[in-house]
Amino acid sequence: MSGDILRGAPPHAGSTAYINARIIDPTNDSEYSGAVLISDGKIADFGPNLFASGAPYGIQSVDCRGFYLAPGLVDARVHTGEPGEEHKETLESAGIAAAVGGITSMVLLPDNDPPFDDASLIEFVARRARQIKLANMYAYGALTAGLDGKELAEIGLLAEAGAVAFTDADHAIGNAQVLRRALYYAKAFDALIVHLPQEPSLSGGHMTSGEMATRLGLASNPPLAEVMMVERDIRLVEMTGGRLHLTKISTAESVKVIASAKARGLKITCDTAPPYFALNDLAVGDYRTFGKLVPPLRSEKDREAIVEGLKSGVIDAIVSDHRPQDQDSKRVPFAQAGPGGIGLETLLPVSLELVHNGQLTLPRLFQRLSSVPAGLFSLPGGKLAKGAPADLVLFDADFAWKIDRVDFWSKTKNSPFDERPVQGRVMATIVGGRTIYRHDSFTPAAAAA
Amino acid sequence: MTKKRAGVPRLPHLLGIEGLSPETISGLLDLSESYIDQNRSLDKRRDLLSGRTVINLFFENSTRTRTSFEVAAKRLGADVINMDVATSSVRKGETLLDTAMTLNAMRPDAIVVRHAESGAVNLLSQKVNCTVINAGDGQHEHPTQALLDALTIRRRRGRLQGLLVAICGDIMHSRVARSNIHLLQIMGARVRVVGPPTLMPTDIDKMGVEIHYNMRTGLKDVDIVMMLRLQTERMQGSFVPSISEYFRFFGLDHEKLKVAKPDALIMHPGPMNRGVEIDSEVADDLDRSVIHEQVEMGVAVRMACLEALIGGRRNAIGAAA
Repeated sequence: MSGDILRGAPPHAGSTAYINARIIDPTNDSEYSGAVLISDGKIADFGPNLFASGAPYGIQSVDCRGFYLAPGLVDARVHTGEPGEEHKETLESAGIAAAVGGITSMVLLPDNDPPFDDASLIEFVARRARQIKLANMYAYGALTAGLDGKELAEIGLLAEAGAVAFTDADHAIGNAQVLRRALYYAKAFDALIVHLPQEPSLSGGHMTSGEMATRLGLASNPPLAEVMMVERDIRLVEMTGGRLHLTKISTAESVKVIASAKARGLKITCDTAPPYFALNDLAVGDYRTFGKLVPPLRSEKDREAIVEGLKSGVIDAIVSDHRPQDQDSKRVPFAQAGPGGIGLETLLPVSLELVHNGQLTLPRLFQRLSSVPAGLFSLPGGKLAKGAPADLVLFDADFAWKIDRVDFWSKTKNSPFDERPVQGRVMATIVGGRTIYRHDSFTPAAAAA
Repeated sequence: MTKKRAGVPRLPHLLGIEGLSPETISGLLDLSESYIDQNRSLDKRRDLLSGRTVINLFFENSTRTRTSFEVAAKRLGADVINMDVATSSVRKGETLLDTAMTLNAMRPDAIVVRHAESGAVNLLSQKVNCTVINAGDGQHEHPTQALLDALTIRRRRGRLQGLLVAICGDIMHSRVARSNIHLLQIMGARVRVVGPPTLMPTDIDKMGVEIHYNMRTGLKDVDIVMMLRLQTERMQGSFVPSISEYFRFFGLDHEKLKVAKPDALIMHPGPMNRGVEIDSEVADDLDRSVIHEQVEMGVAVRMACLEALIGGRRNAIGAAA
């Protein structure tokens, strides 16, 4: 493979200076050459003038060779098969894929078997994360009991156990009264609700409506299944004053409606995932089941609007929407295929296309990938600040390579980006000051050579 | 024959607390005080309402309120008829107003009504010639409960003015909460409502109360903690996720009570769900819980209301305002 997972490495108690780096500071929207000093797992200092005349004696130093050093990615939408479907992905295999992808914190979706509607499951995730010692792992609590969209889950007890937000994962809440009560109830705990807006009664198909669906002869979902629920949810937020984050926005109309809600001063946020700004419904041509996603891949016009939404800031964050499916789920007729794609290892390189295409600056991209999601979910990482956890990613933005499913560290290989040429590769991933991944071309030996 | 007592308020009906004057409320409480000793003595019966007929018309199941009204009327010498709705013509499809007209024709002096629909008691009062007492209508009002709560507090604290009262739990579905909010504010007390946002009615702050979504801030420095009953059908997911979560965050226990004044009184209109909205240790705390005293005051308050409403009338027929 192309790098080393360094899980066994003990935490380095002293200080390490990362010098000769291009630093990306999303919070201050800036980018400069400089250094970062890490002490006891935290960021002790950073800036353009730090160690400008070389690293001092007595401090271990790492020459970043001019690569970009940024807050590690905070991925707010990751599904693994643990517990329930460990043959698809375990927390450990997801942790490894995250390390390779430069992700230092991830939030796990609750739609496992059993679903995370009981405090013991949240504690289970925290315990496994401590054992696995890779990326920081947080968990969503279920919004409704059994994710069945009817009765509230124990939001208070789940929050006490450490759930960082509440969602029914890919199940939209069709019943407005249930979401209204959830938004009200969550206020007592200042809890964030994450909702996938897809009107269930219009979402029984397998791809987006349009010429492609007609040619392929597949049952389809109209894009308005999304915007009509976005509009409903905005009204509910207006009424309840609850905290709502809409996830996986995929249509032009949704972006427009959310933009106008934000312009009215409504506190509502949203994210999208790489397939929705990097692919369109042509990707399911030849019935490629790797392109079967929830929501379905949309038209080129929608894709362009998602890019615009990321540029303007209407879309606040980017999530990987990592959802492993094994061959039994994907090597079947399109309509029968399980939805979803893996995304941990491709989140950064595919997102960097926005930078290479001149659509976003690097600091702006890292707002969407790190600082904003960390803020939304109140996670400690995702920023460059003195005293913040030293969760960092070092990457070469120009490294050209081709995504190949045989190289994935994830247990399953269902990437909609398989065979895509990309630019940008993680050189090292640092969590709490500890290097958990190093690319082959960035080993100490390679540096010495 | 009719005994007129000075200072006894005169009312046509008692449909709610909203709109009553502080003087009327004080008058009713003063009158209630006068019955407490009578109720505690061996001979509890007077003939003030001798010859009067009181009908208890309960469309909703109730043991304590109906019994309390029955005891109150009997101690004043009235004849009491309990209409058991389960076996009555209501079950055969008779409308509320037809039932009212039928009973009215029997010339009662007072009808005590409980009904599951807000406003039903009001409607009934418009169609009968006698006095109507609201024993609870839907989610609207339960005036005698608020009066007995006020009497309990006044006897323990000597006043209502200036007290800080937290009403906790299912505010949305509670007629007790609404009547208490009216009464306490009319009498100059400050009211907080505390509970999960799902059980908080819209714009209740416009009734003059402070809204709190957690017990820690809601109970801070309060003089009185009034707990409300959480109906079983609201515990499982629709309004609150579960009993254990409700008890953990909104159930009254000694831990949550720590932030209240050290001598804060604990009240509950009953019947209690132990382990749901109130911990047994708190409910049975002899130093602070006045829950049984509330029941005792209930009889005195209902005697006072009956006296104020029908005690002064030779014949209620034709005398209605």
